[in-house]
Amino acid sequence: MKRFLVFVKKEFLHIFRDVRTMIILFLIPGALILLFGFVVNTDLKNATVSFLDLSRDEMTVKLTDKICSSGFFFRGENLDSYQEIDQALRGNKIKAVIIFEKDFSRKLISDGKATVNIITDGSEPNMATMATNYISAIIADFNSELVTNGTTATLLVQPEVRMFYNPSLKSQHMFVPGVITLIMILICALMTSITITREKEFGTMEALLVSPLKPIQIILGKIVPYFILSFVDVIIILLLSRYVFDLPVKGSIILLLAETMLYILMSLSLGILISSVVNTMQQAIFISLVGMMLPAILLSGFIYPIGNMPKIYDWISAIMPPRYFIIIIKNVMIKGTGFSYIWKETLFLVLFTLFAIVLSIRKFNIRLQ
Amino acid sequence: MTANSIISVSHLSKSFGEVNALKDISFDVGEGEVFGFIGPDGAGKTTLFRIITTLLLPDEGEVTILGLDCVKGFRELRKNIGYMPGRFSLYMDLTVEENLNFYATVFGTTVRENYDLIADIYAHIEPFRKRPAGKLSGGMKQKLALSCALIHKPALLVLDEPTTGVDAVSRAEFWEMLKKLKKYHITILVSTPYMDEAMRCDKVALIQEGKILSVDQPERITDGFSRRLFSVRSSEKYKLIRALREFPLTDTAYPFGDSVHVTFRDDHYDDTLYRYLTAAGFTDVSIGETRAGIEDRFLELMTPPLQGSNRTL
Repeated sequence: MKRFLVFVKKEFLHIFRDVRTMIILFLIPGALILLFGFVVNTDLKNATVSFLDLSRDEMTVKLTDKICSSGFFFRGENLDSYQEIDQALRGNKIKAVIIFEKDFSRKLISDGKATVNIITDGSEPNMATMATNYISAIIADFNSELVTNGTTATLLVQPEVRMFYNPSLKSQHMFVPGVITLIMILICALMTSITITREKEFGTMEALLVSPLKPIQIILGKIVPYFILSFVDVIIILLLSRYVFDLPVKGSIILLLAETMLYILMSLSLGILISSVVNTMQQAIFISLVGMMLPAILLSGFIYPIGNMPKIYDWISAIMPPRYFIIIIKNVMIKGTGFSYIWKETLFLVLFTLFAIVLSIRKFNIRLQ
Repeated sequence: MTANSIISVSHLSKSFGEVNALKDISFDVGEGEVFGFIGPDGAGKTTLFRIITTLLLPDEGEVTILGLDCVKGFRELRKNIGYMPGRFSLYMDLTVEENLNFYATVFGTTVRENYDLIADIYAHIEPFRKRPAGKLSGGMKQKLALSCALIHKPALLVLDEPTTGVDAVSRAEFWEMLKKLKKYHITILVSTPYMDEAMRCDKVALIQEGKILSVDQPERITDGFSRRLFSVRSSEKYKLIRALREFPLTDTAYPFGDSVHVTFRDDHYDDTLYRYLTAAGFTDVSIGETRAGIEDRFLELMTPPLQGSNRTL
């Protein structure tokens, strides 16, 4: 046990004495969160919206005013026909077009139902999602006002959302879950695989192997410090998202932290596995970045929705742990669902972790060859 | 295998793919001996040491160390071997003190417990104990690495080219330290590419292309040199070597320090050489018969005599 502790202490010393490691561990996660957070947030301050009002009556004017006075949208030019929509969006200034159907007020009063079309520019998926969400919320607010005003109890303005250029964009672009998923893979897999291969390259692994240390002690000794530090990272990220961006965790914090620990453990065991098959730091970095980071970014559904991918990528991503973790963390953080909704994904992560740990202990060479 | 042998190797072979790193090697090392392996780079020294330290598996042959088989008994062996790999296995970002404490704890001991063993060596670097190992000079790194390899009082100390890349003064100091370790009955296995260090070992094995050419006490190895050897000097050494190799009666001519060691066909020597050299334009030639050193013997063993032709190296 003393052997193990001195090994862990040594690992901490390596980490704290290396400026680059410290930057990757503590500066990059915070920087990423702030970067993503502010880029996403500032965009929706004054988005220009154009209106195609085909009825021009009391209700549509009211609703138009409501949207434009919300503070999120800036009133752009009025359009006169459907043909102008495409051109307006292509101009890049207008982020969304809102269409009121013909006889809006009349339909609302006689049928209790009227339709608003919201057309957004899907080539800026972030922007598009944000705009539709905000507009939908304003319309919902308008609906409830109608109800309380007693105009009629069943009145309903129905927003119909369409995105041009990327019509089936489904997932909500939430950056905190994505950043956590990414950072954990980066720190855990990349950093652990580097520290082990560094020992191989510097020849210290030779000395460790000739010592009475057991493989499991060496592996755990490498895992423990990074486990603790990554967990600190997650807490920093969650605090930042809560207090800087007002993104609270909707579901159980305990559940979220437990799932995160599982994911960290999974990433760490992947890092160990990488380092047990390669011999140089360069190979370790290459495999971690190309084999772990890229899939985590591209195939996890973080940036590109899996539903939009060709089937083959969908299958490939089915064995990528980040995909499942993103589902888990989105469910817990944003939707606030409980464990019963994510047990399948959790099970996958557990199995994957066990698989990686067992394999890396078996693959860990007690000799040089 | 003799009664008190610490290492017993018989018919050991090891190859990496096409390369036969070790070919049918056998030797014994007795308790408390300083056993040196002398040979050029790529001779197989490191491979042999890695097999002895249980880091590699032999392909063929038996290796018994401290009475244990190097394959089956590796766990037990690893507690009793101190190993200093060719690249000093130090953590460059840890301080001198931290490195030493780390290795002590990993081997289940403390610095204090075995301090007397390393006291002489560690005294040189103790003033720098708060300095990161990466900022030490080559000689100090070497001393620290030796301290780390010794700290658990191993029965067998394996040093792979400990003096490579270290200045001459530190090399001499290093061998003095090894000598002092004799009183603790630690058997030492050491490899070096430097011939002059061979004389400091109790026994020397000359190794070349995976084969042991000769194992003996260093004095006896030099006694094995059977030819008459002549030392030729001139201020223009490189021109001299070329001229000597062109001289029809020369058998071998190798540079040795500031002179050239020469043997002649049938060991026949007369003043023809002197006349030949002065005719070739050398003005300050001196020729004298000399005793063979271990290097001469090694070169003789490496290249079995070819009749009737001049060799160049």
